Amino acid sequence: MAVMNMVQALNSALDVMLARDPDVLIFGEDVGYFGGVFRVTDGLQKKHGLTRCFDAPIAEGGIVAAAIGMAAYGLKPVVEIQFADYILPAYDQLVSEAARLRYRSAGEFSAPMVVRSPYGGGIFGGQTHSQSPEAIFAHVSGLKTVIPSNPYDAKGLLISSILDPDPVIFLEPKRIYTGPFDGNHDRPLTPWSKHPASEVPQDYYTVPLGEAAIVRPGSALTVLAYGTMVHVALAAVDEGGFDAEVIDLRTIMPLDIDSIAASVNRTGRCVIVHEATRTCGFGAELAALVEERCFYHLEAPTERVTGFDTPYPHAFEWEYFITPKRIIDAIHRVLTA
Amino acid sequence: MSDRGGLSLHVPAPGRRPGEAADFSSVALEPSVQRPEIDTRAADMRDQVFSLIRVLDESGRASGPWNPSLDADTLRRGLRAMLLTRAFDERMFRAQRQGKTSFYVKCTGEEAIACAQAMVLDRADMCFTTYRQQGILITRGYPLVQMMNQIYSNARDPLKGHQLPILYSARDYGFFTLSGNVGTQYAQAVGWAMASAYRQDTRIASAWIGDGSTAEGDFHYALTFAAVYRAPVVLNIVNNQWAISSFQGIAGGEATTFAARALGYGLPGLRVDGNDFLAVYAASKWAVERARSNLGATVIEFYTYRSEGHSTSDDPSKYRPADEARHWPLGDPIERLKQHLLVAGHLSEADYAAMLAEVTEEVRTAARESEAVGTLGKSRPDAAVMFDDIFEQPDWRIKRQRDEAGV
Repeated sequence: MAVMNMVQALNSALDVMLARDPDVLIFGEDVGYFGGVFRVTDGLQKKHGLTRCFDAPIAEGGIVAAAIGMAAYGLKPVVEIQFADYILPAYDQLVSEAARLRYRSAGEFSAPMVVRSPYGGGIFGGQTHSQSPEAIFAHVSGLKTVIPSNPYDAKGLLISSILDPDPVIFLEPKRIYTGPFDGNHDRPLTPWSKHPASEVPQDYYTVPLGEAAIVRPGSALTVLAYGTMVHVALAAVDEGGFDAEVIDLRTIMPLDIDSIAASVNRTGRCVIVHEATRTCGFGAELAALVEERCFYHLEAPTERVTGFDTPYPHAFEWEYFITPKRIIDAIHRVLTA
Repeated sequence: MSDRGGLSLHVPAPGRRPGEAADFSSVALEPSVQRPEIDTRAADMRDQVFSLIRVLDESGRASGPWNPSLDADTLRRGLRAMLLTRAFDERMFRAQRQGKTSFYVKCTGEEAIACAQAMVLDRADMCFTTYRQQGILITRGYPLVQMMNQIYSNARDPLKGHQLPILYSARDYGFFTLSGNVGTQYAQAVGWAMASAYRQDTRIASAWIGDGSTAEGDFHYALTFAAVYRAPVVLNIVNNQWAISSFQGIAGGEATTFAARALGYGLPGLRVDGNDFLAVYAASKWAVERARSNLGATVIEFYTYRSEGHSTSDDPSKYRPADEARHWPLGDPIERLKQHLLVAGHLSEADYAAMLAEVTEEVRTAARESEAVGTLGKSRPDAAVMFDDIFEQPDWRIKRQRDEAGV
């Protein structure tokens, strides 16, 4: 065991897989010599060699297209898109190609690859370094979407993603790279070293895709969250003194519907939290599934606490970013409805 | 103030629409006079992108530095592959008109390009094609009946009815699953080639795109990545003059050649008479040997003409002169290779007639077998396979929705 932050845990996952499997290779903008703008690939080129971890041209569509070709050949490419906001030039290659090779070739070809991308807000990144585009991937049949919330899960989920036979979009909430940011921007950030999930095995292990984690048990209501919002939700529940069950989805596709339904059927109330804009956000799907699976156990309408339907505004970071207060208000409404 | 007047927007027009005269007078046919060594630096062979590699002359004689000097057997195999491709196209086009399938795309007039390159490549080299390189599959001996089963989406469709007719996939034949989104395969081919180099394999990739789709970003990605990583890939551009109803000027072919795109990336470019089987063979061989020698990618523009419609869904007489095909100066690839074989004494008219009868019968037999299984709507795979192959293992949604569909 070692104490790692998210960046170190992700780096360790890549290091372990490069060592285990010669078919794993990494490329992306600035990931080689420099080790990535967030340092996730730091030292990997030096340790494993130039052809195992190298720089790519600034061409997200080209990076993903090349990865598809490599995956179809039989390699396991892990590519980095420097910010999730930049992934859109690759959207055609992801939606029409990576996600469809297996279906359209009736299983002759597939694209086992991982697209890693730092994502989410809270860093004063403005419109182009803050967005949360997970819903546009969850909407596509043939893609898996993973969003870890702590170092232990990040490493285990990334290793599972690399082993997975299908394409995985791996979104890394960059606000929690160095500590479990809980939305209280005016307080000092607690480092990961103070959090139990920073205890990370140095060797190989996996956290399976499609299994949510109950990060805080409770009986009065269920809060569904993922990524940074897990920590904001936990802070809200603590500050409000609620008897809430907080579920970290960990992967939104495949989704652990059984854990969600079991919890909401028990508590009878549900609040959904995500950073992404509300309309057609993944919360809409979650709310629909909760209604389908839990309607006769529900005591109150389900609420969504989400990003507003605006572009991500630079000057209004803390009006836009979800704080514990917004979640506390929503929980109050759901508990008293 | 200047008196130069206001600006005006230029929109390219072919000058050969219905009612106008077919005109190919501006076609640059300056022959390539030199065959560079395969390790020539791109910068030292720039003239190639503005000239045209030709081997066969008007009378069917082969000459010049690019003559691949093929033996009679290879030439006859090439002729047969082209004839079989054309016979297959004609049969399937008719089948669409008879309501046996929804869609078909012929490659009439372009057979030499796919067939000759397929003969140069190793069978294990992976081809990332467009929908007009069925000649590669046919040359490699893929069963015609399987192609037809796919076109008819019948119970024996190897792609389980998942995919539009003609968008084949044949991994064991080095034929990558075809996309209906034009251009996407071009940059994937470069990735596949990079993987082969990474593994220190000996296989190369063959990438295909049409003149129209060179305007896609994928084309730029492909040439950039191929140049940067010196990927073992042949980057083929089939310039058949027309992208549905848009002439090649709309894709940027008015002021320069498509082969010249290579220059900006530091890649070697070749421009080839695509209706000359021997020229296609020779240029492909040059590029394949260069790639396999770890010297990187080559861009090849095959200059040809789409002598029929884009697909079964359009009528070319609505957007170009009805007689334009007759004025195309580079002739028909089958006629030209046949003429060469006749002149060289490697084939008689009787041999040709026998070959034609043989390929026609081969197509007829395959069609009979496939149609006995069934044509579109008359036979199809079990509907449960609609839910196969989304992921390697279906998740709960897929299982639940399959139940919901009752299949």
